[in-house]
Amino acid sequence: MGTLSLKNVRKSFGNVDVIKGVDLDVEDGEFIIFVGPSGCGKSTLLRMIAGLEDTSSGTVEIDGAVVNAKPPNERGIAMVFQTYALYPHLTVRGNMSLGLKQAGRPKSVIDERVAVAARMLSLEEYLERRPAELSGGQRQRVAIGRAVVRQPKLFLFDEPLSNLDAALRVNTRLEIAALHRQLGSTMVYVTHDQVEAMTLADRIVVLNAGVIEQVGSPMELYNNPANKFVAGFIGSPQMNFVDAGLVGIEDAASAGMRPEHITLASSGGRLSGEISHIEHLGGETNIYLQCGEAGLVGVRMFGEHAFDIGSRHDLVIDDARIFRFDTAGQRVH
Amino acid sequence: MSQARHSITRSVAAHAILITYTLIALFPVFVIVINSFKARKAIFRSPLELPNAETFSLIGYETALKQGDFLLYFQNSLIVTVVSLALVLLFGAMAAFALAEYRFRGNLLMGLYLALGIMIPIRLGTVAILQLMVATGLVNTLTALILVYTAQGLPLAIFILSEFMRGISDDLKNAGRIDGLSEYRIFARLVLPLVRPAMATVAVFTMIPIWNDLWFPLILAPAEHTKTITLGSQVFIGQFVTNWNAVLAALSLAILPVLVLYLIFSRQLIRGITAGAVK
Repeated sequence: MGTLSLKNVRKSFGNVDVIKGVDLDVEDGEFIIFVGPSGCGKSTLLRMIAGLEDTSSGTVEIDGAVVNAKPPNERGIAMVFQTYALYPHLTVRGNMSLGLKQAGRPKSVIDERVAVAARMLSLEEYLERRPAELSGGQRQRVAIGRAVVRQPKLFLFDEPLSNLDAALRVNTRLEIAALHRQLGSTMVYVTHDQVEAMTLADRIVVLNAGVIEQVGSPMELYNNPANKFVAGFIGSPQMNFVDAGLVGIEDAASAGMRPEHITLASSGGRLSGEISHIEHLGGETNIYLQCGEAGLVGVRMFGEHAFDIGSRHDLVIDDARIFRFDTAGQRVH
Repeated sequence: MSQARHSITRSVAAHAILITYTLIALFPVFVIVINSFKARKAIFRSPLELPNAETFSLIGYETALKQGDFLLYFQNSLIVTVVSLALVLLFGAMAAFALAEYRFRGNLLMGLYLALGIMIPIRLGTVAILQLMVATGLVNTLTALILVYTAQGLPLAIFILSEFMRGISDDLKNAGRIDGLSEYRIFARLVLPLVRPAMATVAVFTMIPIWNDLWFPLILAPAEHTKTITLGSQVFIGQFVTNWNAVLAALSLAILPVLVLYLIFSRQLIRGITAGAVK
């Protein structure tokens, strides 16, 4: 059991409104990810759910009970931090068992839960070590273990992979996904990395400047963005935006095209441009063309392709895949 | 290893400078200690000579320990220093934690107010302090000295410690909160161990002025039973005659405890001073 419900949650520091009214319902067992650019309030929102920040107004409900006035340890949550935040003076075992000890659980229960978590995260041989003697990836696993041991209603992750190097990040991402499948608990995860968001989430919450822009499954956000912000934020390389008139659309202000939905041809395209830069990634090739009034347009092709910089090409765009936005940036169909 | 960074001439030069400085700094102490073991005439005839069979004498130490209650002075100094130090560290660390950790109205003003004492010497308020002590009946008690020294040491302690505490990751404290630790336990178990080097730095900077102070003992607690070692040594310095043997012996003895305390803190101190400069 672990549902979460935010009702018109707001937060302001002095005169600055950081969270401007957020409503969200999370079902039991869901993996929810908050994404957004830095400063959008996603970490603040997570800390409000954890009880580390007060809510200025609105209610936070966990499992149907309002927890606004409860301290973090009574909310039935566990949190994993970006900087690991392990207790430097305790061993791995000590780190994992402290929360249960504070809650006054019997030693047998603590030992058993620590053993289970250690096996799950392959930490068994490190139980007697101190955090200083562990590598970054191991430390983050201990931090996850510390959360698992508490058997919380809600797991909260605050950019847990940001301090790891690229290879380790992929591994730990897989581990977190496996953990979610195994435990089936509700997880709320904050990241600024859209790859993490797309690969892990059941539903993604896109935040911008303290408000929710859109909530939906990764594919919903990709195929059906509600506005220009979400369209630009999800997908890499970024969606191209051009004035609608330039691609022959009259009922919208701006048109968005994903780089993977554009192909290069010798003629017959709505736009044409000169190649200014090419990125060869092996599996895919990203080409950037300078298209006069339309500006720089990115095209993503799969596989290896050779083009000359400076050569001219027509851009053929799949009509069905053009997103239309009005002057306010809202999607029009 | 690169040649440029390990040039022999450079390290010789560096060591020469450091050794010269060490000699200059230690010389007065050295002269005090050797002369404290010499007879009066030898002190004046050849002050820089080491004591030999002819000039060696313990008369200074005998006088110092016999005249006046030297052990008591020692005990007074030690009580005042250790208790003040403990209070400064305890209250300083707690105030610094509050300033660094909690957002409350007037946080910045409170920080400035508490740091004001660094810039304004406490001695300016001597008359008022004396009146206060007379009014509360604390004149000629060690409590008076402890209170004054605690007040004297707090500003610097709060200033240094709050800077260090701001540097401790919020995540760690939040992890403690989620695990159900009380604020006091977060302070004592998570934060204090991490600022230990800073605490040692503060301890040394606080301790030495207290131990060496003559002003407040002279004004607030000049009675025989509350004299500190610095004040006690003054009995040998007269307007017309000064018992140099006894003064030097008393000073040599007075160096010892502070040296011991310094050695205890020094390992931490070096880490504290270099923290931030080298990672």
